[in-house]
Parts: sequence; structure tokens; C-alpha cells
Amino acid sequence: MVHVKTTINGQPAEFLVPAYLSLLDTIREVVGLTGAKEGCLDGNCGACTVILNGRIVDSCLVLGAEANGGEITTVEGLATPDALHPLQQAFLEEAALQCGICTPGFLVSAAALLKREPKANEQRIRHWLAGNLCRCTGYDKIVRAVIKAEDMSSQLSKSKAKVAAKPTAKSSASPKASSVRSSGRSGSGRK
Amino acid sequence: MVATFEPKKTYKVIGTRPIRHDGYDKVTGRALYGADLKLPGQVWGAVLRSPYAHANITRMDTSEAEKYPGVLAVVTAKDMPKAESKMVDLGEGTVNEKHEVDRIMASDKIVFRGQPVAAVAAVDRNTAEEAVKLIRVEYQPLQPVLTVEEAMAKGAPIILPDLVGDDLGEKVKKTNMAKHFRHEFGDVEKGFSQAKHIVERTFKMSMTHQGYIEPHNAVAMWDEDNRLRIWTGTQGAFAVRKQMAGILKLDESRVKVTPMEIGGGFGGKIPVYLEPIAALLSKKCRRPVKLVMERKAVFESTGPAPGGTLRVKVGVDASGKITAAASDMKLEAGGFPGSAVGAAAMCIYSPYNIPNTTIDGWDIVVNKPKSAPYRAPGAPQAHFAMESVIDELCEKGGWDPIDFRLKNSAKEGTRRGDGVKFGSIGNVDVLKAASRSPHWKSVLNKDTTDGKKRGRGIASGYWFNIGLKSAVTLSANNDGTVSLVEGSTDIGGSRASIAMQAAEVLGIPALDVRPTVADTEGVAYNDVTGGSRTTYATGFAAYEAAIKMVEELKARAARIWNQDPSDILFKDGVFSAKKDSELRLNFKELSKKLGETGGPVTVTGSVDLSTGGGAYGAHIVDVEVDTETGKVEILRYTIVQDVGKAIHPSYVEGQMQGGVVQGIGWALNEEYFMTKEGTMANSSFLDYRMPTTLDLPKIETVIVEVFNPGHPFGVRGVGEVPIAPPIAAIGNALHDALGVRLVETPFKPGRIMEALEAQSKAAAVKPKR
Ligand code: FES
Ligand code: FES
Repeated sequence: MVHVKTTINGQPAEFLVPAYLSLLDTIREVVGLTGAKEGCLDGNCGACTVILNGRIVDSCLVLGAEANGGEITTVEGLATPDALHPLQQAFLEEAALQCGICTPGFLVSAAALLKREPKANEQRIRHWLAGNLCRCTGYDKIVRAVIKAEDMSSQLSKSKAKVAAKPTAKSSASPKASSVRSSGRSGSGRK
Repeated sequence: MVATFEPKKTYKVIGTRPIRHDGYDKVTGRALYGADLKLPGQVWGAVLRSPYAHANITRMDTSEAEKYPGVLAVVTAKDMPKAESKMVDLGEGTVNEKHEVDRIMASDKIVFRGQPVAAVAAVDRNTAEEAVKLIRVEYQPLQPVLTVEEAMAKGAPIILPDLVGDDLGEKVKKTNMAKHFRHEFGDVEKGFSQAKHIVERTFKMSMTHQGYIEPHNAVAMWDEDNRLRIWTGTQGAFAVRKQMAGILKLDESRVKVTPMEIGGGFGGKIPVYLEPIAALLSKKCRRPVKLVMERKAVFESTGPAPGGTLRVKVGVDASGKITAAASDMKLEAGGFPGSAVGAAAMCIYSPYNIPNTTIDGWDIVVNKPKSAPYRAPGAPQAHFAMESVIDELCEKGGWDPIDFRLKNSAKEGTRRGDGVKFGSIGNVDVLKAASRSPHWKSVLNKDTTDGKKRGRGIASGYWFNIGLKSAVTLSANNDGTVSLVEGSTDIGGSRASIAMQAAEVLGIPALDVRPTVADTEGVAYNDVTGGSRTTYATGFAAYEAAIKMVEELKARAARIWNQDPSDILFKDGVFSAKKDSELRLNFKELSKKLGETGGPVTVTGSVDLSTGGGAYGAHIVDVEVDTETGKVEILRYTIVQDVGKAIHPSYVEGQMQGGVVQGIGWALNEEYFMTKEGTMANSSFLDYRMPTTLDLPKIETVIVEVFNPGHPFGVRGVGEVPIAPPIAAIGNALHDALGVRLVETPFKPGRIMEALEAQSKAAAVKPKR
């Protein structure tokens, strides 16, 4: 058993995991968050995507033990108690999910993209999301939803900036403002 | 873009795009899919699968696994109830009971690689996976039979010794041919003699997989009272109940099935795979047992669409009228009988009115996974063959492909290839809408500077859609909302499309109807989510229930106002008294008064519909081919489809787009690549190459609405039609680009390069004059 101290969706977490256990099974079985899904266990579907230390990873290819000292964001960490993430809202409005099994992975991947490149164009979005498989939608509505979320976020930050300009307003920086360091996932071979 | 033909009617809820009721759970990760369930005391199972495609099991020893620390139960075929070689109905037509049991767990013979032979339950997943490797199985390998040609060859190894084939009604023994049927109308000989142009071609197709992202899963608890509970991602809880009862020899009432959220199915999650195994393990250890299938096993042992060989011959007279068509289709059933060839025969000629036709269909057993329904089963194969031949005939005769299809179009009253006469159908409307579409009207720029070649293709497709049984319960809440309980698994937004139909009748907002998908004890019988029936049939049941609720509420209003119920009017969500215009209550206001007027209101609607209203699509595609590498790019794609009535247009478009993209994968990349030993060499998502975001353009949709008289709102099934035309449409576009006719799927780069080489060799031998 390996002793792991980590932060999950902003909350500190501490647990023991068997050394062989993947980060995906750690999150699902040990931590008990089942938003990240198992689709293939070999890094080729993206259903298990989470953000680890600012970088999107297929959590089935990472060991739970590697989360020690790190910071993890899963789909459960995208919304605040008061509001959905713009991506979540846009996915609902644009009908960007059918069965929904791929949705957590797409949302997490796209959230990392938007943080890094808030105005990514369609081609860039398609490139970034190529490691996430969806068998239901044909991707059209997913890509449209990401574009819509970009617009929603930029309007949101404009209105926040207005609030911030007032002397009494606090900084509106997100507590989870970790930067994304890498552009793509490793090992998917889908380029 | 919505083109409405009839009837012109405005709706308040239908045709709008509300947020789906289950949406919040699904974008927050809260929705519970089968693999997410964790019951108190739950343990994990693992399955041992055959490494051979064709073998006899000679010995099995499970003792090491049983002794392994943490193991709670081990099962083999010996633990399955004894099955006889007799035909039983497990809900999806009749099947041989022994075959069905052997498919779940092999007793004496292996007929496809990946067939289960034993299973283990243990304290955790890792322990179960380690323990299952300790089971020793000895096999006597046999020669695998991998194509329909091999299977039908004289002296071919016999895969199922007890199979009795049906050759046009005659019983055949010692065969791999499960069935040969024929549909025959008119006089094809005479028809071909009237033809000026005749094209005959043979097409070959590989198996393809549904490719749902969620692997199969099941949790089972078989208790001391001989009651079995199953939680699973399935397209039909009642279908699981029936299969479980049949396979495990239990009364259906002993089995309770809870459908979890489902991560895609496309037909592949109608048969049970893991459920009986989890049940047997649970029976042995009396703990809830969970099984989740590995992706490799999903490919190797669950329902692909059949591959096979299809021959089509069509004759056309000088005026451009089709005079005759003859076809034979030999489809791979997999290790046990039951390919989609029957449905293929229902689809193949459906876009056309052809006076003289024959269809011969063969269901052939081969050493590959047992095929399962895959979105419009049989239609993509049939239309690939037929629509390619039609394209070639149009080229020969110099006819515009849409004009030709319009001239020969099937209409109400036309006889389908299997003899059924069409009711109201929308093929003509679809073709006309296609000809008016911006895509068809645009000119494809074929000038490329980099040596790439471009082409445009079009193809038609049909699916008959089914109706069958559904039941819905509605209960009025005193805040003016309504609870809706249904039994149709929601695989892509059907909670919304069903609730919207009830809301339309009740005159309340879509989101004021709260839908729940119930388990097999929470709602009356429902057939599977399949055959594009859910929005149509379960929506119809919701409509019926809502009508009954309105009647009941009228009676309540009558009681309050001291009027006769027949004097109560209901319009636009408001109840009023005919004789006193002062007396008015809207749905919400009346709901508050149910307690004082006789108590709760709950009503049920149920339907059993013989058809679903067949529907057509016409697809237009532009492709670009790199002639150096053979890689094909989809530049533009437009789907034109008759949907009857789009209840929630966003999810209708989504079905159309999703179906097409599966068809694009089928056309360009996807195949079961088999080694000669019968192993699928590409059993991962890396090598079984499904389309990604990068492979596709935006997909344009044109919704055509030709009212289906068999449904109160005119709904037709939507989900399956869109996978029927893409393979042919892309093949036709490739022909336009390259001048070569591709007759084998997938149109992968190597195959395109071979076709181009053959073309240039032929040109060298026979220089063009
Ligand atoms: S489960 Fe991790 S990429 Fe598929
Ligand atoms: S919505 Fe089903 S896989 Fe994407």
C-alpha cells in the first residue's frame, strides 16, 4: 500500500492505495467519485480524462500513487455550488451529449483547453479533443458547445472585470487557476 | 431547416429544444451508469475466455483458482442449468436454447475466440483477475472457418454439430448454413430482357462493431429466497429479465432488473453477456457480484454487425426505368445463427419501385463473435451494394442521380422487396429536399494544386422502424407538475422526447413533466430501446396517458363546479365550463385541488403498435483523396431525412449526425481484421479506428417532416435511418473522384492504392482512344 496525500477538486485527501492501482480506479474505488469513466483502460478513449497538476491525463494510464503531492480536477470539480461551468451549461443547451458516457472526459479536456486558450478556433478545438472518443454524437454538437462556452466565458469575464474595476470588489481569480502545461495527451496516437 | 408538409399544426412544446431532464446529472458526473454502482458487500468478478476461435474443450481444472486467497466463487458451464437443443423465444425471435447458453459460457465446444469458459468472484477486481488465470483449460484446436465462402465450401469443418439448417424450407444437417430464404415477385428474367443497361457486382464487407464507449457491465444479487436482482446498462430491462429467466430457468417474476444509465448500445446492448455469469457467481457466494468487460473482450465476444458477401444485379430500360433487380446476400451470423440478413432483405430495394425482383438471403455460421443488432441491422450492407449499382447505372445512362431516384421512387402502395406494401412514406419529399439543399446546389471545386482528387456522391437509405409494446404511468402532483414513469432506457435524450409529448397534451412546460426510467417492477412491460421505436411508441403511450389524465381532470373540475364532465372544455392548458365562462382553472390551479376532489390522480397509457412508420434518408458527401497515400478526407456532408415530426429537433439532428459518423467509420476505417487463426488483430480503440473530432467536418442536417398517420404527432423513428446510406454515398463519391468502383469495405488507404494501381495497369494495357 502506498500512502497518498493529494488535493481533489480543491479538497485535501489522504488515503492508502495498492501500488498497482490506476489513478482512475483510485478516484472511482478509493475516493468514490465516479464521474471519470472507464472505456478502454489503455489510453485510447479519453472517458477517464482528469486534470493532474494542470495537465490532462488519461487516468487509466497513471498510477494512483503518482497523485501524491499533486492536484487533481475531475468533472465533479468543474461546477461551483452556485453555477455550472460554462462548458456544462453549453453542453446542455447545445444537446452535446446523447448517452453521456463520454461527456465527463470531453468536459474536463475542454476545460483545460479553455483555461489555456480561451479563444481556440474550431480546428484547434477539434485537434485538442481528438483524444476523446464519442460514438453517439458525431462530435458536431460537442464542437459547437465548446465554441459557445468560449463566448459565454468571455462575456462572464467581461462582466467580472467590470465588477473588479470597482474599488471594493475582490479579485475574481479562480481558486483552481492552475495553468495547463501540455497541449495534448500522450500515447493516444490519434493524430 | 424544417420543411413541413402536413398537417400544418402549431405546437407549444413539440418542436422546441428544452434542456433534457437528465442533463444536469450527466454534465456533473452524478449520473449512475452500471459500472458506477457499489452495493454494500459487493465483490468483483472476472471471466476466463477462450484463446481459440474453434476448439473442443477437453479438460478443465478450477482447483487452483478456488484455493486462491480472496476467491469467493468459481463457475463454469457445469453451473449453468441444463439446456436442451430446442427453440425458445427469449424476446428477440426464437433461438436455440443450448446455443444461447453456450454463448454465455461454453460447455463443450468453442465457436469464437473470447467465448467465456469460466468465471471467478473475489474480494476485489485485481484478485478476481489474478485468480481467473489459475484456471487450467485444455483445448483441442480445430480449423477455424472465417468467411461465408469457407463456411459454405464442400467439406468445410462443421461449427455446430447440432445445427439443422433451413434451405428454402428443407431441413439440412451437417451444415454451417442456418437459413436460406427467397423473396420473389414478378418475372426477373423478363424484366432483365427489357433492360438496356444491366449492372451486376459483388461486394464484400468486414464485420464492424457498434463501438459504444461504455463496456458491458452487470451487478447481480441472487438471494436465499431465490430472487435475482440485476443492475445493468441495457437497452431493455424487460429483455434482460426474459433472457435471464430463460437461460437460468427461473420464473420471470423471480428476476428484477434495474436499468442503470447506459453508455451507448446501438443494438449491441440487447443481448445479455455478463448478467447470467454475475448471477451464477452471486448464487454461489450470496454477495452482490459486479462484472465489467474489458475492451478487448467487448470486441472479441460481443455483437458485431455481420460482414459477408452481397451480389446485386439491376436492369434499367432506355427511359431510365428500373425493370428488374436480383440480389443475394450471404451474411455472417458469427458462432451461432442469427445475422441481420432478414432485415437486409426488407431494406435493399426500398427506395425504389421495381416490378420484378428476387432476393436470396443466407444466414451463415462462422467462427467469429455472434453478431448482434447494430443500428438499422442489415441496412448499411444492403444499401452499400444496391446504391453502388444504382450509381453505376446512372453513370451508364447519363441520368442525374436524384432525377433517376425520383423517377423510380417507391411511393405509398409500392411493394417492398419482401412483399409488404408501403403506407405513407416520404422518399420523394426527401429526394426533392436533397435536390434543393445548399450542398447539392453548390458546385464542388475539383481543382486542387496538390494532386488530390475530389468527388461528390449521393445515396439513399431506408429503415422500417418498429412499434411494439410500451407503457407509461403519469401521476399529477399538487404543484402542477406531473411525474412520468416509463420503462424505455434513455440512451440519448428519450426522457425528454417522451415527456414533451405528455406536456404537449397537458398544456404544461416540458420541464414540468418529470420522467423516470423504472425497473421491471416499477412499470408495466416495455420492449427494448431499439428499432427506433422509443420516441414513437413510448411517446405514443405517454400521449395516451396524458389524454386520460385530461379526462380525469375534467371530471375533477366538473365536481368542483357542479357541472357535467361532458360540459368541461380543455384548451391551451386551461379547463373551463362550457356553460359558465367565469369558471376557469389552469392545469396548475386544478392540480392544487385534487386532494379535495377524490384524491391522487394517476393514469396509465399502453400501446402495442404493429409498425413504426418506415423512413428514408438521402445523403450527399464530398470527399478528397490523397492519391499518394490513399487517405480520404470528408470535406462536406449533408443528411436529408424524413423524421415524421421532430419532437426535440436537437436530439433528432444528433441522431442523424451520430449515425452518419458511424457510417463514415464503417466506410473508411472500421473492420474486424482477422488473422487466419480467427483472432481479431485490432481489438483495441487504437487499432479499431473509429472517427475522432479531427476526422470530420461539421455535419449538415435537413429535417423533412412527412406526417406519419400511425402516430398522433406524426413521429417516425429517427435513429437508424442515418447509418443506412453513408457507405454507399462515400463509395459513390470516391468513384466520382477517382473513377474506380470500390466493392469492399472499408475503403482504407491500402485498398484505395490497390484500386488506383489496378486502374493504371488497365489503362496501360488498353490505352484510351
Ligand atoms: S479508459 Fe482511459 S482512455 Fe479509455
Ligand atoms: S454521448 Fe455517447 S459516447 Fe458520447
